[in-house]
Amino acid sequence: MGELKQVTLDASESSGFATTKLDALLGWARKWSLFKYPFVTACCGMEFMAVTSPRFDGTARFGAEAPRFSPRQSDLLWVVGTISQRQAPVLKRIYEQMMEPKWVLAFGTCASCGGFYDNYTTVPGIDKIIPCDVYIPGCPPRPEAVIDGLMLLQDKIARGDKTPGIVKPREDPASLVKLRLSKDSGQ
Amino acid sequence: MEPIDLDLDENDLELPSEPMHLNMGPSHPAMHGTVRIVLELSGETITKSDVQIGYLHRGFEKMCERGSWAQVFPYVDRLNYVSPMLNNVGYALAVEKMCELQVPDRCQWYRMILGELARMSDHLTCTGAMAMELGAFTPFLWFIKAREMIWDILEEETGARLTHSFGRIGGMANSPTPALKEMCRTAIKSVLEIVAEGEGMLLKNRIFLDRLEGIGAISGADAIALSWTGPCLRAAGVAYDVRKAHPYLKYDEVDFDMPLGKNGDNLDRFLIRLAELRQSARIVLQSCERMADDGPINCDDPRVMLPPKQDVYRTIEGTIQHFKLIMEGAKVPAGEVYSYTEGGNGEIGFYLVSDGSGTPYRVRIRPPCFAITAGLSKLINGAMLSDIVPTFGSLNMIGGECDH
Amino acid sequence: MSERVLAALKQKFAADVLLTHSQFGDDTAVVAPSSWKAVCTFLRSDPEMGFDMFVDLCGVDYPTRDPRVEVVLHLRSMVHGHRVRVKTSVGDEDLDGCEVDSVTSLWPGADWFEREVYDLVGVHFRGHPDLRRILMYPEFEGHPLLKDYPADRTQPLIPYRTEAEAGLPLEKLAPFGRDEGMPFGRGLTKPAALASGHDDHAMKHGDN
Repeated sequence: MGELKQVTLDASESSGFATTKLDALLGWARKWSLFKYPFVTACCGMEFMAVTSPRFDGTARFGAEAPRFSPRQSDLLWVVGTISQRQAPVLKRIYEQMMEPKWVLAFGTCASCGGFYDNYTTVPGIDKIIPCDVYIPGCPPRPEAVIDGLMLLQDKIARGDKTPGIVKPREDPASLVKLRLSKDSGQ
Repeated sequence: MEPIDLDLDENDLELPSEPMHLNMGPSHPAMHGTVRIVLELSGETITKSDVQIGYLHRGFEKMCERGSWAQVFPYVDRLNYVSPMLNNVGYALAVEKMCELQVPDRCQWYRMILGELARMSDHLTCTGAMAMELGAFTPFLWFIKAREMIWDILEEETGARLTHSFGRIGGMANSPTPALKEMCRTAIKSVLEIVAEGEGMLLKNRIFLDRLEGIGAISGADAIALSWTGPCLRAAGVAYDVRKAHPYLKYDEVDFDMPLGKNGDNLDRFLIRLAELRQSARIVLQSCERMADDGPINCDDPRVMLPPKQDVYRTIEGTIQHFKLIMEGAKVPAGEVYSYTEGGNGEIGFYLVSDGSGTPYRVRIRPPCFAITAGLSKLINGAMLSDIVPTFGSLNMIGGECDH
Repeated sequence: MSERVLAALKQKFAADVLLTHSQFGDDTAVVAPSSWKAVCTFLRSDPEMGFDMFVDLCGVDYPTRDPRVEVVLHLRSMVHGHRVRVKTSVGDEDLDGCEVDSVTSLWPGADWFEREVYDLVGVHFRGHPDLRRILMYPEFEGHPLLKDYPADRTQPLIPYRTEAEAGLPLEKLAPFGRDEGMPFGRGLTKPAALASGHDDHAMKHGDN
């Protein structure tokens, strides 16, 4: 709810103020009312079910619950699972049917980069076909990571940021190792 | 004003009635994203259908020819991704058949426990998703809640929620945790309660029953002719279960029934899955009773097993053995083998060809879904358009397995 | 029990049964491609055999052998509970003459399996009602499970986005180099070295 405060009128602002604040309001509205189109193909679909189900409740809490199975009514495309060369034209067509503004979330390693299916039939990442906003690594990602990804996307929508982002571990395992090593050497 | 149809022949007033062509999928929500059906409709009745698969072909068999025998496990996980543990066990048994290995008793029980838990999660997902596709969202949420309880156990044991990669040639990656038996007993109790609740809700629902009963029926003889196996075949009244017909692991020592259907329709397939879920629960509980609390979990064959870590670091033999196994992979005797187990959807077969090196020459999986989906066209021809959804749901087509 | 099957096959198709073995307990008969249909008909219809369930059909490519492609069929009898594996080899180096009779008339379930073998390995099934690709798309050229089809040769249906279009680098970093780590890309030309398993460096740079 923090963003709403920015919309309050402020007389001391310059004349450019109306549009930027309108953008903020729009961003705020959009980030809490994402209509999803689940493009579910593979294993990640099992975790996708888990994300939407009661234990994690990872979509309803963020206003992204309502699924729309018509691309024309949805603004967030979840690409869940491996995209094969055969599937690629279908995905592209779905994406093109969606109305602006639209966002794409690559759920899992296969959608992000093809994963360990480095072969004749798999598209090495959906960004070869369509633009992608948030990549969630994991094979399949844990629901917590998916929620992180959704929140990252919400931040991007609110800021109007169109550069792609990747969900990273909250703690970088490499830094932990380094810490331990330095501690060991100190002793 | 003159009526305009005076000069017209009666036939000209009829609307044209050419068959209508309709494309369903692959991105249709009920088609699991991976199947496309091209239909020819007369009104709402299906006169012809062409089921097209392959939208999730990921080159499983080609990828397996690139690594070592042990590196196949992660790929195997992602075949039937609703019950990965059963595939793990099936593949491990196939390679062990080639190496002529027998894993210790404790490991066999352990594999049975994890495998049957995976089967329960498979059936929960299938029945839940089927109910959801027919508009009953609540049982789906309940069944997924129950599935989470099973996944909690699997996560505690293997470290991963879904894709465990836990099987090893000659054993398992780790020994059971001390809490396994207790967790199984507690979880199974709650899971069965949830299933009973969900079942009660669905089986008293007139709409649900009407859409399942008598729809998509198949006779036993037809099911055999189409090479169906697993719950779909048993729903048609054919008593064939690999666990009973060709017992592997310790399935001949536990007491469980093989539920059979009568009509082979959607309702039978739905009920068979729920009945099998209860039988799986029985097997898990019995296996928990029988599994020893300590003892070896892996066989001690140096050809396939990594040496214990203290040997790797302290003895030169251990280091060499570890190095050889990792760099060259376990050597599997040359030859060919077909090994089959009961997966979530029926007989999962692995046909392996080895040339004696550390890399598989050919890994072929016999996917039960593939044969079952081949029969879909036969089931829906002549039915109504809306019957596709429950029929397809009841077959439990799993893309990863069907399309390899 | 099912040694009876092999004995009966040998008796009935004396010269056409080229080899039988029961390695790892799986009874196997290798038959001549010309008698493929006859053998299958016998296995299906003879009451002693009674193989009414078609289990699996797959193709295996052995580029060094002639004939090159092996078609492997697994059957099970619901009545007797026994199983058998029947194999035949077809096709020369360029896959000429790579065809056998279809068995869909005996087991309707063989339909998709034969399409799959055609798709991935390139065996033509004479008399199959609808022999077209099943897992790959119709535009795909070649047969991916042949050993000389490179694992990473893709045939995209739609052009990929260019980096200029996307405005960011799109190159995927492969998890490992072509010949890195495991002896990937086995040397198909040196099967003897493979069998002994010592000549790793020769195996490393195959034609993959």
